[in-house]
This record gives sequence, C-alpha cells and structure tokens, in this order.
Amino acid sequence: MELKTPLYEIHLQEQGKMVSFAGYLLPVQYPTGVIQEHLAVRQRCGLFDVSHMGEFVLQGKGALKNLNQLLCNDFTGMVPGQARYSPMLNENGGIVDDLIVYYVKENCYLMVVNAANRMKDLQWIQAHLDQSATVEDHSDAIAQLALQGPLAESILKKLTDESMIPLKYYSGHFEAEVAGIRCLLSRTGYTGERGFELYCAKEDAVSLWQALREAGKEEGLIPCGLGARDTLRLEAAMPLYGHEMSDTITPLEAGLAMFVKMNKPDFIGKQALLEKGEPQRIRVGLKPLGRGIIREECPLLSEGKPAGISTSGTHAPFLGYPVAMALVETRYSTPNTRLMAEVRGRQIEAEVVALPFYKREKK
Amino acid sequence: MNIPTELKYTPSHEWVQFISETTARVGITDYAQEALGDIVFVNLPEIGDTVTAKEAFGDTESVKAVSDLISPLSGQVSAVNEELMDSPEKVNEDCYAAWMIEVSAIEGQEELMDAEAYAAFLKTQE
Repeated sequence: MELKTPLYEIHLQEQGKMVSFAGYLLPVQYPTGVIQEHLAVRQRCGLFDVSHMGEFVLQGKGALKNLNQLLCNDFTGMVPGQARYSPMLNENGGIVDDLIVYYVKENCYLMVVNAANRMKDLQWIQAHLDQSATVEDHSDAIAQLALQGPLAESILKKLTDESMIPLKYYSGHFEAEVAGIRCLLSRTGYTGERGFELYCAKEDAVSLWQALREAGKEEGLIPCGLGARDTLRLEAAMPLYGHEMSDTITPLEAGLAMFVKMNKPDFIGKQALLEKGEPQRIRVGLKPLGRGIIREECPLLSEGKPAGISTSGTHAPFLGYPVAMALVETRYSTPNTRLMAEVRGRQIEAEVVALPFYKREKK
Repeated sequence: MNIPTELKYTPSHEWVQFISETTARVGITDYAQEALGDIVFVNLPEIGDTVTAKEAFGDTESVKAVSDLISPLSGQVSAVNEELMDSPEKVNEDCYAAWMIEVSAIEGQEELMDAEAYAAFLKTQE
C-alpha cells in the first residue's frame, strides 16, 4: 500500500505529477517542470514536501554514549537546537544509513533518517542500544517542509519573529512559531543552497504549506518535487543513500571522512575501517565530454580495463551540462583523468572533476 | 492533450506526417513530451542511415530519464532536424513542429492510428 503524506491533497491541487517513492506517493514535479523548479531554488526559492523522512527520538541518561557508539561522528559538546550529520555504519564499515541528529536537550536527541531505511534503521538502533537509552519512531506524527533558496529567509521573516530564525548552518529552534504554527525551524537542506527545513505536527502541515506559499508570492516561490530535489543535491554533489552510499560502501570511499571521528574510543564499524586501511576506491565527480547523460550504474573503463562505476547522474540545470558521481579506483580519481562510460551500448568519454560541481557564493 | 487530426500515430507515442506516399516526417507526441519532462538531449541518426519500423532510430534524454525513439517506418533517413541537437527544448515547446527525422523510400510501416484512435488509446494508458 502506498502512503500519503499530510500534504497529499495539496500536491493534487498544485497539479503535482505523483509517483511512488520509498512507499509514499509524492510529486516528482509540478507543471513548471524540473528545470524551472531547480532554477527557482538556485535563484529565488522553492518549497518541498519531505514528510516522508523518518524521525526518531533517542533518549535516556545514556543517550549520548549510545549515539557515539552507534554513529561515527562525535556528538559531544552540542547545544540545544544544534544539528550534526553522520553516517551510521555496520560492523563491516559499510553504511546502514546517513542521518541528521539534533540535540533537543540533555539526554534527548532527534534523529532524521531516510524514508526507505526507516524500518531497517529502527531495528538496527534498537538492537544496538544498551539499557540506558531508548528509541521511538515519531515519523507518522511529523511533517517536514523544506524552504530552499536565497530568498527563503526573507519569506520566513514575514511569518516569524526574527529571533526564531537560526543564524548558523546546521542549527535550529525547537520552539519556533511560523505563521502561528509551532515547529522546529532549522537552517539545513539538501540542495546546496541557503535554506531551511521546518518540522511540524502533521495536522499543521497544510496550514504551514499554505502560509509559506502565500508569503512567498512576491519572491516567486514555487513548489518543487522529487525531481528537482535530486538534480539539486547532485549538482551540489551531496551523496544519496542507495547511490553513493550502501551497506557495502564505507564512508571513506563515499568521501565522507570528515564525518568519521577515528579518534573516538569506539563506534560500530571502527575496527573494520582500521583493518581496511586507505580506501581502494573513492567517490569522484564526472563530466561527460561527449553527448549524453551518464546515469547510475554505468561501468567505467580506462584503456578497456574496469575503473569503477557511476552512482548517479543527471543534467545539472543551473550549470547547464550533465554531471555524474562515481566510485572509481583511487588511481583514477585525480581531476582531469579521462574515463570511458558504457551507456546503453555506446561509450561516452568523461573527465574526472573536483567536487562539488556547484558551490553557492557566500554572501 | 493536443492531437492534430492530420497526423498518424504509434502506440509508442510517435507521430507521422506523410509528405508523399514514400516520404514522411516523424516526431513525438504531446503525451510523450509531457511524460518525459524537460528534454535535454535528442540523439538522431544521420542522413542516409536506414531505419526499420518498430526499431529504435535514436533517443531522447530528459532530466528524469532516457527514452528510445521508435521508428514507425522502414526506409532511409533523408533529413534530420539538426536544430534539435542544440535546442532540444523545442520538443517540449512545440512537439508537432519539432520533427525529428524525414524518412524517404518508405518500404514498410507499423500499423498507424489516426487521431481519434490515438486519443482512445491514450485513455487506456491512464
């Protein structure tokens, strides 16, 4: 059975083209199309329904200790509202999921996980907690909206007290009120652009959506679907679980070493990472030199020999050319290295390029 | 959904416009361009290439996916709409003006639908 987010009816009203994604019916695009939605986020602002994401609350007097064992990033020294990203590893050093953890208050954390991994994650976490912490799944009670783009802040200012708008990237306010609706307002996102994510009770999702749409009229705010979410994250070279990350890909291979704190005494997967040593393959960016898009799972060759495999690829609407990410043997990972990609029975030459493809200008 | 009455259609959503008994232009329908979304590449054969009915003669890539172009006709490519190589968005803007190839010396074709039959066929696709 396919689930509907609290904004399902809104998507129909907004003429979204609905598709099944991670068990939910969600809009892949609205009538404006993926390219216009993508450009709106880069140049103005876009609004996404990301209510399919999972939310767990981890609490107990041993919450921090358990979190630091479960996840490879270090969660020591956080302040209320602060967020930190981390992969969650299995015993072999592969990635179970990647998630964002918010510090709610002492001994209490909010974990935001990928929709497709929600049940797997919950079981994994439950199986690895000791007696001093518990985890609860609150996903069905929570809606999540993402307001992304350079004008996101000016839209929010119309609906909330300025003191409620977090100043720093990866921080939020749990007690924010936006259009009179209580929510967690955090400066986070998955687009490579300035922006916010708003978590609210599912009953309030429609009102919050409508208030943001109304407030964003002057700024040219448009609703954006899963299609633009994917092209935006890809253009910004943000990894996606199931593509750049999986049970058999380590965070070092996925280019996430900065989120792996090997100096922690222990965490699940640490021993395996130590044993594996320097990664033999690594995530890189690819820019096709020939015509066509190198999408996921295209074999890559160097002088006829296997060099790796592509993990995601699309046309990057803001850059105006196709891009792809790939896992390649480290000897092929230097920028300007030329590889051949096998795409639907033909070969497209591609060049390894530095990541990210797109980086927003700091203001 | 725009379905011009003077054209013929395939179940794989190409349109055919006969210029003479042995020459025709081929493109994709409104339904196809809308289903594909923003088209970013159109890959077409070269003049002189042979095309075969019900077989791929090229492909279109949208942001979302790549899709084969299926030839409704067997014959020889006598013209290619080169403009689409640089401006693939023209297919989204006006798919019936954005013809893709012209086939001459037509020696076979798949069973084609008229506009009315194609409209009925689309209803079964919903």
